[in-house]
Amino acid sequence: MHRRPARVLAASAAALTAVTLSACASERDDSGGGDSAEGQSGGTMVFGAAGDPAMFDPAFASDGETFRIARQIHEGLFTTEAGGTELVPALAEDYSVSEDGLEYTFELRDGVTFHDGTDFNAEAVCFNFDRWHNFEGLAQSPSASYYYQAVFGGFADSEDPGIYESCEAVDENTAVVRFNQVTSKIPAALSLPAFSIQSPTALQEYDADNLSGSEDALTYTEYALEHPTGTGPFRFESWDRGNGEVTIVRNEDYWGEPALLDEIIFRTIPDGNTRRQELQAGTIDGYDFVAPADYASLQEEGFQILVRDPFNILYLGFNHGNVPGTNANPALQDIRVRQAIAHAIDRETIVNSLLPEGAEVAINFMPPTVDGWTEDVQTYEYDPERARQLLEEAGAVGTTLRFYYPTDVSRPYLPDPAAMFQVISEDLQEVGLQIEPVALQWNPDYLQAVQSGQADIHLLGWTGDYNDAYNFIGTFFAEDQNNQASAEFGAFSAPEIFQALAQADAEPDPAARIELYQAANQLIKEFLPAVPISHSPPALVVAENVQGLEPSPLTAEDFSTVYLED
Amino acid sequence: MLRFIVRRLLQLIPILLGLSVLLFAWLRALPGGPARAALGERATPEAIARYNELFGLDQPIWVQYLRFLGRALTLDFGSSTQYGRPVTEVFLERFPGTIELTVFAMVFAVGVGIPLGYLAARRYGSFLDSASVVGSLIGVAIPVFFLAYLFRLLFAVELGWLPGSGRQDVRIDATRVTNFYVLDGLLTGEWDAAWDAVLHLILPAIALGTIPLAIIVRITRASVLDVVNEDYVRTANAKGLATSTVRRRHVIRNALLPVSTTIGLQTGLLLSGAVLTETVFAFGGVGLTLRDAITYRDFAVLQGFILMLAVVYVLVNLLVDISYGLLDPRVRAR
Amino acid sequence: MTVLGQYKRERIDALAAQAGQPEGEGGVSLTRSAFRRLRRDPVAITGAVIVLVFLAVAAFAPLLAPRDPITQYLLSEIRPGSIPGPRQGFPLGVDNLGRDLLSRLIWGSRQSLLIGFVSTVLGVLVGMTLGILAGAFGGWVDAVVMRFVDILLSIPGLLMAITVSVLLGQSQTSLMIAIAVTQVPIFARLLRGSMLAQRGSDYAVAARALGVRRGRIVFGHVLPNSLSPVIVQATLSLATAIIEAAALSFLGLGDPDIARPEWGAMLANAQDFLSVRPALAIWPALCIIVVALGFTLLGERLREALDPKFRR
Repeated sequence: MHRRPARVLAASAAALTAVTLSACASERDDSGGGDSAEGQSGGTMVFGAAGDPAMFDPAFASDGETFRIARQIHEGLFTTEAGGTELVPALAEDYSVSEDGLEYTFELRDGVTFHDGTDFNAEAVCFNFDRWHNFEGLAQSPSASYYYQAVFGGFADSEDPGIYESCEAVDENTAVVRFNQVTSKIPAALSLPAFSIQSPTALQEYDADNLSGSEDALTYTEYALEHPTGTGPFRFESWDRGNGEVTIVRNEDYWGEPALLDEIIFRTIPDGNTRRQELQAGTIDGYDFVAPADYASLQEEGFQILVRDPFNILYLGFNHGNVPGTNANPALQDIRVRQAIAHAIDRETIVNSLLPEGAEVAINFMPPTVDGWTEDVQTYEYDPERARQLLEEAGAVGTTLRFYYPTDVSRPYLPDPAAMFQVISEDLQEVGLQIEPVALQWNPDYLQAVQSGQADIHLLGWTGDYNDAYNFIGTFFAEDQNNQASAEFGAFSAPEIFQALAQADAEPDPAARIELYQAANQLIKEFLPAVPISHSPPALVVAENVQGLEPSPLTAEDFSTVYLED
Repeated sequence: MLRFIVRRLLQLIPILLGLSVLLFAWLRALPGGPARAALGERATPEAIARYNELFGLDQPIWVQYLRFLGRALTLDFGSSTQYGRPVTEVFLERFPGTIELTVFAMVFAVGVGIPLGYLAARRYGSFLDSASVVGSLIGVAIPVFFLAYLFRLLFAVELGWLPGSGRQDVRIDATRVTNFYVLDGLLTGEWDAAWDAVLHLILPAIALGTIPLAIIVRITRASVLDVVNEDYVRTANAKGLATSTVRRRHVIRNALLPVSTTIGLQTGLLLSGAVLTETVFAFGGVGLTLRDAITYRDFAVLQGFILMLAVVYVLVNLLVDISYGLLDPRVRAR
Repeated sequence: MTVLGQYKRERIDALAAQAGQPEGEGGVSLTRSAFRRLRRDPVAITGAVIVLVFLAVAAFAPLLAPRDPITQYLLSEIRPGSIPGPRQGFPLGVDNLGRDLLSRLIWGSRQSLLIGFVSTVLGVLVGMTLGILAGAFGGWVDAVVMRFVDILLSIPGLLMAITVSVLLGQSQTSLMIAIAVTQVPIFARLLRGSMLAQRGSDYAVAARALGVRRGRIVFGHVLPNSLSPVIVQATLSLATAIIEAAALSFLGLGDPDIARPEWGAMLANAQDFLSVRPALAIWPALCIIVVALGFTLLGERLREALDPKFRR
């Protein structure tokens, strides 16, 4: 399986969003549908977003702004618990796996209808699975169906059709999905918004799969732009593209606890300063990915900073120079040089001075909340003396490294890439290395360069999709091909690491799997294909009167529980 | 006069052709070429091959150019990677905002600049004169985006007098007819929406209009000073015409001639400045879209928008020249 | 006739025409008498003083700067949301990475002026070459060159710079080239105009009559006489170049080596800390404004001094 694509990363990165809650424009006080015991029902919330959504069909999405809205409109078979990373049922009430691990039986929730009135049932589920598997033409392009390819591996008409075999609606509420290969990604991956179950009627009526376009234009479909139809607590109302406003309204026929707000408006405000000032001016009620510099002043003014648990990792990647056609500095093949760099970086200061409160120094390539994390690894404490010594031993004093860093982007794990770059450069120069800076536009230039092995050293990170060690270290360091790791790390060859990861992924027993991942973490830290730097908690900010928004480590906030205090 | 206009229109043709060659070559010269630009960083070789075939990129370069030109003539610049919609559609949706903004900025610059420049010239050497000269020099020296930040910080955040971002309050549910928000409000009779749109225009328009204002003050002042010394004004004065009549009939009208023509030039400045101002004020026009296109490397949008803006710029200049020709017979004769 | 706005055209052409002016009375050259007037002009002197001061600061930056502009002195004291202000040893405080702000401003004058000068000189050289080609050869060369110049002029300045720097990728060089490209058409027009203005001048006619080769006439007589309008325009362009560099930095198209102190980049970077330490934005902004003002004052007064219309 290939490394998780950058687009996803970009998605969360692009998600420099703001959430705004606006005071109730309407005094309407209908408690339509369910009873909202604790919260006050009604009102409009305006959420400031950092960018426009691409569209509203999550099957074709991989960016955070799109997912944020899609999560309110659509639901999948599973979701994650509010404020955590545990998998919980959504449209599937329960599931069972056959003994060979190839057949999943999903027991579906009863009495659920899509926003267009279509019944949600096993046939609808199978319709969606078959839809993904049978994407054709431009719908197969990675910029469209990235997540499906990452999890399922291929399409019906591709050379490697992937792991999906079939889906059968046994009865109204039972769907059986067969795979041709065991995978630990299922069922956790089914909580991703990309695998939301959408209305077959609407998908067909509005030609949802016809991304192919013509010579004239490559465009999203009418379905994705104007008629997204899911089962979620909110339904799509309108998208005023000129003004950058997406409006979603409460789904009165929601199967569960109905949403408290009447409507939510997601308003695009690309500039971070403008988002903050709009919040202060009261025209928006909150936004996402608050700059760490603004925490204190916003709090003083009475705004609530909702800090997520860090579920990400920032690392400094090394290029081991085995990618044909690239010319990485061979010094990095020497373990002593890599160790010297690890010792040279003052991660304590980085965490204190550059990252928001709650950030931690990373010692594994995954956050401590993920099973398989272990304290028992080599940590490479800050020790410039030792670093200098190691460099001298390796004869690498004065070596020049091309240090790649991205511009014009702020990722949850990397709020200010330029600052991070400058501080680490300074640390490395301090111990006798030369730095040649290379700044590239995040997407696509930077990701492309870094993932094809152009950099000597580079900054990159990851926000987890779901609670699974493989989603972190497997994404980074699993074997890519020919017994080599991905080009990002210079295609290093470390069979013991590849083996350990593959073994852990295939281990069915959870307790045994944790131990295997811990062992893998130790091997990785010994080999040091990169230096883990930090875990950084991204935060949302909302106005004083906004209640019920539970920050999610996966940035998968559910807005249906949000209400506005008077 | 008609011949003059026709001649000027014909002169546009080579320029627009050259412009299209330039921007065609630009997209070609980008690293990775158009397929990579359109499909993004994770495009597989097969996807690129498919794209190249689909869009005729495997054909000889001149065939590609002719196709590009043919599509450009029908305003087809391909599809935005960021929005997944035709570039022209995005442009038409965003351009009204920028037109509103630039018109307001121009109205501000002209409305304040001409009286100020005129007064400065009338009181040549006075404090007002020196102040306006120095002020206009400082005006062109301030980076537009910094000025925009200052205005927003002061008037929208600290004082809270005016809205500091967007084109319309989200709580106003206005009917969209033309995407000119002020106009829409007037057409549909939604006065509150129109007024709200005007309020949203004030700060960005002032920030954007500052440089043109500085220039207009300077030109008005200089040209009034010029005209006052012209023979016909002296003659008029000598004839004993009332000062106010001389001013009205000769000074102001003749002084305004060069001023009016600067508007063409200002269009370029305003379109450049709009990229910065719209970014700071999250104002949904072409400038903000261009900035996003830079961030996300949406080359189709960059190419199409810049080409269309250049055409607009050229046309505005043409209009100005034509009106200049109408006003001043000497130009026609040339 | 071109599509260029009437005013801009006239403005450039008026400047160009000065080159064709007859020499001043009593053997005093126009340029010399212009400078004599400038010496008595307080506005011009203010501009000149500003420019000279900043040039001196740039030249002697290593001596003037109290500290190293790159070293992160107070990094460990910095927290997100709290950046130390002025204190002993750091008269203007430090930036978000604990570097001495005053030293960065001083060193920044070097980078900013360098970007301004290099891009303007580049614009002048290329523009002049095109202008000389057009003016000296006339005919179809003139037509081709001037159409090309018109095409360049048809894209508004900043959009042109964006187009170029997206194409070239991020580097200090590409920043300078991007700015230079916006200057090229102005200088090309200027040079061509001033050469045309001189075509009928006495010395050109005389030289031609004497059988002097075209090259000698151009480089020996016409070009030197065209220099004063070029200098005026270049002075004004310097201000524009420095401001434009800041705008490109703001749009994320600036110098990738952000540790290198440069006002535009410092200003753009400070946007993230406006709520914490507004001084980080205000100081570089002030520097840009003042230095741009200096060049503008000087350039405008130079233009007026050289323009016979203003000799009252």
